[in-house]
Amino acid sequence: MRSSSRFFLLVGFLLLLFGLTWLDGRRLNSRAGEARNRTGDLVRNLELTDLALFTEARYTRHPSQADLHSAFQDHPMALEHFPSGSLMAPPSSLER
Amino acid sequence: MNRFFRRQRYLVDHTLSSLRRHPGRNLALLIVYTLLIFLLASVLLFAGSLKREAALLLRNSPEIILQRQVAGRHSLIPAAYLQSIGRLRGVRKKQGRLWGYFYDPVVRANYTIMVPARDRPAPGSVVIGAGLARERRLGRGEYFTLRSAAGKVFSFQVRDILNPESELVSSDLVLVAEEDFRAFFAIGPEWYTDISLQVANPREVVKVAEKLTELLPDTRPILREEILRTYDAVFSWRQSVVLVLLVGSVLAFLIFAWDRAAGLSGEEKQEIGILKAVGWETGDILRMKFLEGGIVSLVAFLAGYLLAYLHVFYSPVMLFAPVLKGWAILYPAFRPVPALDGLQVATLFFFTVFPYTLATIIPIWRVAIMDPDMVMR
Repeated sequence: MRSSSRFFLLVGFLLLLFGLTWLDGRRLNSRAGEARNRTGDLVRNLELTDLALFTEARYTRHPSQADLHSAFQDHPMALEHFPSGSLMAPPSSLER
Repeated sequence: MNRFFRRQRYLVDHTLSSLRRHPGRNLALLIVYTLLIFLLASVLLFAGSLKREAALLLRNSPEIILQRQVAGRHSLIPAAYLQSIGRLRGVRKKQGRLWGYFYDPVVRANYTIMVPARDRPAPGSVVIGAGLARERRLGRGEYFTLRSAAGKVFSFQVRDILNPESELVSSDLVLVAEEDFRAFFAIGPEWYTDISLQVANPREVVKVAEKLTELLPDTRPILREEILRTYDAVFSWRQSVVLVLLVGSVLAFLIFAWDRAAGLSGEEKQEIGILKAVGWETGDILRMKFLEGGIVSLVAFLAGYLLAYLHVFYSPVMLFAPVLKGWAILYPAFRPVPALDGLQVATLFFFTVFPYTLATIIPIWRVAIMDPDMVMR
């Protein structure tokens, strides 16, 4: 087999897999749909406001409910101790 | 037309055999290139997935949360404020929320203790998040003991464990009865943590919030729109921070590619000289080298993207997990769901393949325009 044929086969195969990721994305989304609806109902029933991703401090657990300037809440000029805090954007209300 | 394709195919054959002449060097380049695209694509796919998940879940949050501020800090809100708000036009429902944090020294983690608006557990029992149950090794019917700030020990029976599929929002939750919450935190019945309001018409939300700040000047309304914006900003910010850190690697890679193309070996220069001597035009040589770059870029892009997809959505070990977890002990177990965005993938393609092609084509053009006699000497 010519090298170009082998190369086109490889690229074709990779492109096929690339296309399959989009189909797989749709499949995973439709599968997650029901679980997402149930979680959405839980958010509505419990009146939740935040994701439980960063539980180390109150202003990282509930960034949307935190005090303004919460990253420096200990005292003015206080340095941030939590890695998530230093990676988190300033509250959007301060940017306006 | 057929002739054109045949010609391109011969060119591809020739380019591949030219690539095969330096297998070690070209393979190293392909691996580094694939790894770079893998890292960038992983960040984009993961952040995109989290951003969409947050937007889809938190659109069920209350339209307005009213917080009381004392000396610039969030403070408990008097239950009497519910009466002060009275009947505001557009407000369908208003109620006080009770929630707070508890630091558990046993697992060194923070819990969110909350009184649910409906289906409240009976006094003495709790419903807990799946993350917490895993961390404390608790099952239904078992007892869960916490020590309040006043030093009093409270024992709760676990009535139920929240569905693990909702861990992203409920991993650290402890749902308790109102009486238990007030006794545990020593909060009298005249206080709530904050007030939630449901507004029927989304276009009236801002107006209601304005009325609330006029009516109760020591309060701060937090709109659902702001919550959604906060999360969008949090994940965009995180994604940008990681991407900015990766810019160094992109630049290093470009310098590597440039250096590789600029420092053409004597053998490669001789090859170009021979091709010119046998009648190849400068344009043909550029086309061949462009094709060489294109072959490497296309394979690296597709392989890098596919590896990133498997890494983010199928691999149990996430490279970025430590960055995301921060110092948290209680971390939700969840599987990201793809939120693929064509524009994002196209941008990634453009910002990795285009600079690479540009970085390699210029040094080659310099050699290609030289006299064959000079090049071969």
